[in-house]
Amino acid sequence: MIISRFFYRKSSRQVAKDRLKILLISDRANCSPEMMEMIKTDIAKVISKYMKIDTQSMEIQITKTGSKGRNMKNPALYANIPILDIKQ
Amino acid sequence: MSEVIVVTSGKGGVGKTTTSANVGTGLAAMGKKVVLIDTDIGLRNLDVVMGLENRIVYNLVDVVDGNCRVKQALIKDKRHPSLYLLPSAQTKDKTAVHEEQMIKIIEYLKQSFDYIILDCPAGIEQGFKNAIAGADRALVVTTPEVSAIRDADRIIGLLEANEFSKIDLIINRLRVDMVRRGDMMSSADVIDILSIPLIGIVPDDENVVIATNQGEPLVGNNTLAGKAYQNICCRVLGEEVPFMEFEKGISFWTRVTGIFHKN
Repeated sequence: MIISRFFYRKSSRQVAKDRLKILLISDRANCSPEMMEMIKTDIAKVISKYMKIDTQSMEIQITKTGSKGRNMKNPALYANIPILDIKQ
Repeated sequence: MSEVIVVTSGKGGVGKTTTSANVGTGLAAMGKKVVLIDTDIGLRNLDVVMGLENRIVYNLVDVVDGNCRVKQALIKDKRHPSLYLLPSAQTKDKTAVHEEQMIKIIEYLKQSFDYIILDCPAGIEQGFKNAIAGADRALVVTTPEVSAIRDADRIIGLLEANEFSKIDLIINRLRVDMVRRGDMMSSADVIDILSIPLIGIVPDDENVVIATNQGEPLVGNNTLAGKAYQNICCRVLGEEVPFMEFEKGISFWTRVTGIFHKN
């Protein structure tokens, strides 16, 4: 069991760290999950005009860009939108 | 020049009061004139942790209401000639005091003390606002858990918004065995997430419970936590003290197990 834990499971330390990193990004940006969802649907709507995208697996996230320190001076909105087909 | 330090955390139960008691006692033992102020109105605890609960006559709210002078409410700690406690009220609530009143008391105490240490209540409401109002430096206490770190991050944001000149981090209750197993975030992980300077790591030590039972701060004695608090006091004074090596061997261990982890 211990061996399988080493091989297949992320350590709970790493899980905690990863969860916190994502959690704090939205905490710091003061952006609710509902609002993020609204932004996501709106982006999907606009992009869909030009190409066929996979709305199910698209992801958006607010991250801090290269700025130093913990002050969110210039946060950035990252969107990962898989394109299924580029229309003409 | 006197320094006003608030000990805060956001989340409750992470060790604000224990930290306040030990840092205050430690600084007094090093010859500084120190006053500890318990700002947790309604849930006062600093007096019991300090072992001074039987000597309270007046409290913070009495001072604010004008029932007594500040000097009358101060309790002198007999173990250290330069250590005083201004206890909180147990019967009132946080709204009994306002920011301006706290600032006034602190300004008065600045005349006769080198360090004014404020034990902040949990939460971000009026009690927190009172505690940070007159302070210019903060010690943020957290434990290596997601809930405590999340709250600490929120608190740091609020302190930055209030233009604190110095915000330092204390990581409390670190369990070296769990970090070694990969089941607790290391101090490096916590610093990486919170991005503020570290001023101390206090290991999870059962002596803290024993010391609290006895009402006797353990700073400076021959326990792991006692040494850790002593080091924090030195760093508060600006001395450079190397961090104790609780986490020795971890880098090697994580290197070995890291091969198997799929991250």
